Amino acid sequence: MSATTTTPDGSADRATAARPQRRRHLGYGRWTPVWFLAPAVLALFAIGIYPMLFALITSFRRYNITRRADMLDGFPFVGIDNYLTVLTDRTFWDSLALTGTFYLTVVPIQIVLGIGIALMLHRPGWGLLRTLTRVSLVVPLATTYAVVGLIGRLIFNRDFGVANQFMGWLGIASSDWLGNPTAAFSAIVVMDIWQWTPFVALIFLAGLSMVPVDIEEAARLETKSHWALLRYVQLPYLLPGLTAVLILRSADVLKLFDMVFVMTRGGPGAATDLVSVYIQRVGFKVFDLGLASAQAVLMLVLTIVLSRVYIRIFYREIEA
Amino acid sequence: MNRMTLGSLFHALGLLVVLAFALFPFYWMVSSSFKDQTDLLASPPVWLFTPTLANYQAIFADQNVTNAILNSLIVATSTTALSVILGTPAAYALARFEFRGKADLWFWFISNRMVSPIVLALPVYMLSRQVGLLNTYLVLILVYLTFCLPIVVWICTDQFRSIPRDLEQSARLEGATQFDIFWRIYLPLGIPGVAVSAIFAFIFSWNELLYALVLITSQGLKTAPVIATNFMSGYELPWGKIMATGTLIVLPVTVFALVVSRHMVRGLTMGATK
Repeated sequence: MSATTTTPDGSADRATAARPQRRRHLGYGRWTPVWFLAPAVLALFAIGIYPMLFALITSFRRYNITRRADMLDGFPFVGIDNYLTVLTDRTFWDSLALTGTFYLTVVPIQIVLGIGIALMLHRPGWGLLRTLTRVSLVVPLATTYAVVGLIGRLIFNRDFGVANQFMGWLGIASSDWLGNPTAAFSAIVVMDIWQWTPFVALIFLAGLSMVPVDIEEAARLETKSHWALLRYVQLPYLLPGLTAVLILRSADVLKLFDMVFVMTRGGPGAATDLVSVYIQRVGFKVFDLGLASAQAVLMLVLTIVLSRVYIRIFYREIEA
Repeated sequence: MNRMTLGSLFHALGLLVVLAFALFPFYWMVSSSFKDQTDLLASPPVWLFTPTLANYQAIFADQNVTNAILNSLIVATSTTALSVILGTPAAYALARFEFRGKADLWFWFISNRMVSPIVLALPVYMLSRQVGLLNTYLVLILVYLTFCLPIVVWICTDQFRSIPRDLEQSARLEGATQFDIFWRIYLPLGIPGVAVSAIFAFIFSWNELLYALVLITSQGLKTAPVIATNFMSGYELPWGKIMATGTLIVLPVTVFALVVSRHMVRGLTMGATK
């Protein structure tokens, strides 16, 4: 007997024929998947979508909880005023631009290092050392982001940080890393590269292991050049990973808050004021919730675009 | 031949550099947690020193820290349990049923991976202030579901799909309900995937800072990452205590992460690369 008849006729037949049986065996109806899905969907809706709708409404109101006048007016609707304020606010654009700069700085470095590390981990030989190295890559990924920031504060300390010691060994004068705009930006770049290069490397390693073994071995017989091997044989298998890296890292850079907040709080000045750090400050220090909601909504729009692109590229093939 | 050995030497050297690079900050944190204040503030930094347990004694005596770790434990465990309870049935439905809107639902789960906490933090703050949920474990547990639930759903769907349908068919012939099939067949057989997804949920919620920072203001309820960052005020920073707390926070999740290291990429990409 086939329990999963797919033709409309077949299922209809079954439905009528099996009605008494179905009643006895609870949960075979059309609605079955709904019962299984409902708890998760309702939970995510209540805590994921509903607050966003609330933010959407708030973003059209004058809503500063520290200003009594707003409260007395019942947080009046002000149309798109908040959006205009955000979009004409230089600091908002500056923080977005800085986030973009940060992305364009860290991601290329992570890609180059990541491919290099993946190739080393993929290359035969030194089995134990290779395994050890691959496993060690998990450590940065698992390290609590806030603690990465704490470690960064210690390593880049002006007086007793080990970064200055390393610089000294290279014959470079020590600097006040977190007190100088360019140096502070470099410091958060270094910590991000430390934490996320392993992620990129492991993605590329997964790509390399997709290259059919016989093709790779045939190619190794053909050429001694690692470059040719990489360019003509392995690269095609790295491209999907590359797209994943570009999109996921952009989402993660937009999210990046913990490490930067702990290391620099966005300073000195606005040198490391990435967009999440900036919005957090506006929302929770200034308490202009209408304005901050407008920013959150704009960020969400950006996020939705990103995830649409990601899904379009990676999951279209999968019959979900 | 000569070229081969030279290449092989560089290979080993390169691997060692990567190994050192990956472990150094972690090593520096752990070793600093065993230094006394003089060694910590030494300039240039000292690499060899007499280890001391004083920092650990200090933080275990500090109720703020022990409390915070307990809070983190409660929140992360509850979030993980709730994610598994809510997520596995959903994963089963996505793995084994056909229905309209399935693809959209699936994408919606996945797109939660992209949402920045800063987007949700503010509205969740406003709403929970209205209903009096600020400064409760519950608000953190609920908001952590937004990123833990999708990961459980994704990994378990994948796992449940790999379970042969024959088992289900014969159980059905024996008169098992759909829930029985989920509970007696899919859940037990899918345990490896469920465990991996649970570990991810634990790691993500254990590590979270932003929501914990803004939704919890009462000292007694703060989570470990928040307490660790709170040390960062004042002039004379207690670096030893900071690093000891950091080590205590990072250690459990590192162990967990090593357990699921093979699945790390899958977990972080929501399965885009296998």
